Amino acid sequence: MKKLTYWQENLRLVGLCLCIWFLVSFGFGILLVEPLNAISFGGFKLGFWFAQQGSIYVFLILIFFYAWRMNAIDKKHDVDEN
Amino acid sequence: MDLQTLTYVVVGTSFVIYIAIAFWSKAKSTGEFYVAGKHVHPVANGMATAADWMSAASFISMAGLIAFLGYDGSVYLMGWTGGYVLLALLLAPYLRKFGKFTVPEFIGDRYYSQTARVVAVICLIVISFTYVAGQMRGVGIVFSRFLNVEIEYGLVIGMAIVFVYAVLGGMKGITYTQVAQYCVLIFAYTVPAVFISIQVTGQPVPQVGFGSEVLDGGVYLLHKLDQIVTDLGFPAYTEGTKSTIDVFFITFALMVGTAGLPHVLVRFFTVPRVRDARISAGWALLFIAILYTIAPSVGALARLNLTETIQLGPVGMTESNLMYEDRPEWFKTWERTGLLTFDDKNSDGRIQYYDDTNIAFVAEAEKIGWKGNELTVDRDIIVLANPEIAKLPDWVVALVAAGGIAAALSTAAGLLLVISASVSHDLAKSVFARNISDKTELTLGRVSAGIAILLAGYLGYNPPGFVAQVVALAFGLAAASLFPVILLGIFSVRVNDRGAIAGMLSGLLFTVGYIVYFKGVFIEPFAENVAENWLFGISPEGIGTVGMILNFSVALVVSYMTPRPPDHVRDLVENIRVPR
Repeated sequence: MKKLTYWQENLRLVGLCLCIWFLVSFGFGILLVEPLNAISFGGFKLGFWFAQQGSIYVFLILIFFYAWRMNAIDKKHDVDEN
Repeated sequence: MDLQTLTYVVVGTSFVIYIAIAFWSKAKSTGEFYVAGKHVHPVANGMATAADWMSAASFISMAGLIAFLGYDGSVYLMGWTGGYVLLALLLAPYLRKFGKFTVPEFIGDRYYSQTARVVAVICLIVISFTYVAGQMRGVGIVFSRFLNVEIEYGLVIGMAIVFVYAVLGGMKGITYTQVAQYCVLIFAYTVPAVFISIQVTGQPVPQVGFGSEVLDGGVYLLHKLDQIVTDLGFPAYTEGTKSTIDVFFITFALMVGTAGLPHVLVRFFTVPRVRDARISAGWALLFIAILYTIAPSVGALARLNLTETIQLGPVGMTESNLMYEDRPEWFKTWERTGLLTFDDKNSDGRIQYYDDTNIAFVAEAEKIGWKGNELTVDRDIIVLANPEIAKLPDWVVALVAAGGIAAALSTAAGLLLVISASVSHDLAKSVFARNISDKTELTLGRVSAGIAILLAGYLGYNPPGFVAQVVALAFGLAAASLFPVILLGIFSVRVNDRGAIAGMLSGLLFTVGYIVYFKGVFIEPFAENVAENWLFGISPEGIGTVGMILNFSVALVVSYMTPRPPDHVRDLVENIRVPR
């Protein structure tokens, strides 16, 4: 397998994160909200929960995950600061 | 101590803290004035960003908006948080690596064009002024409600405070006052929410209470809410009434608009390293998410409280409707402000609160002697009245006043600073008077911040009739003008000056045109603002997404038809893509 450059690795990670970003908000919270609302999640309908709570939690995890992975990628390609 | 005095003490103390911080962190150079010397710790920057971002609208209006919109209110929740993912992944680290002072400066350098820079400044000023007018208005409302001073005095006091710390401290002063303001506003928001959640569901964490059973009756909060609002003819709380395509486009425009707002972007210029910019966006979203996940719980709890206060039992029984004479104290307080009004249409001395736009239900209601909805509730009072509705002690009410003012002031200051920086740095220093010294530029920055404050105060006092409309305009504009060219500037080496200018102008003009067409800013609308008339069923609030797509397309097509950017631009792009 060809070795990916720093920028390619970054783009791949960004792509992955944005897929999840799209899935939880536009996917679960908007486009699929009706089928998901048939599922109960505690006192919530699942689609409604994603739209008003869940998507925000996932966004938060995504940013910290990206920052953590990028620090590792920076190091691997020896472009990290200090 | 009575509530009035207590409020003065709490709000006064918060002002003293802000001013003290401003003196302690006075800006001594342009670097400190524009970007706080790039020494801000990522966590501190996260807090400052949160305060910068969460305006009077987030603090005062959002929970109320959701309370009355139900599921449709999700567009604000997802839209105003999801933008941070775009910011952290696509923009912030690279802009930090670029390492200069302003957003138009990046656009000017990347597209090697003064014209592009000036177009970016125009976008920035339009976006920021529409925003700031709303903030000053928010300050005025809080002052007049809680401190019993006229709106104009409230405005003058607010302007004076911002003047001191923005003009003196610049970005450095603003950063640390915003940290303090974040603490005030989040505490003020959380405390009443926790108490109300405990009262209704027994759960101290509002996000958990939101999905719990209510104490009386053992049904889930949201099930009960759906039940009682549909009994009164309203749409079910957990289901939407907007079309899916419109919800999709509005959410997208708000997300992209958030990522393209200059006063938010510039906060990521202030941290020491690229890796700090990435993590700082995470901290910012964490601090924002605390409020944004509580807001929908507050909305649902408040809607339930309000409806149950008026409708005491099953619909149709006379005794089920509250006697106007028996209305609670908070009801009277808010009636005095005119934000809550009762009109006894069927003269029975009781309050009927239902959806009289629902034709099927109106027929039912007429049979039981109801002659129209009698209660009008301004959505802005939900958060402000919450502590009173929940019968919380006076100090909580005072705290909410201080929190609302903190939210408005912190956002206003951030906006005023990007306006002044773009005037003194992007226009004066680089276009009109290139040879001015650092010291003159600093003075110029202070003077333009001062002028911007006066102008903002004027707009707050004489709000153009379309403040609500222009807020939508601000997001749409940011999405359609700045975001695409910044993104392309980082992720493409091919996009050139002509592509960027054509892209920005087409996105901007299309979006402004569409909004003016339906909402009529300064002039009468050309067409009625209803779904049948909209392009693809997209409302003016969501049209920024289409403007963004147009901007991207035009920028790419024009760029590929015209010569490549020069070599030094390729080097610049390659340089900002790596942290070191």
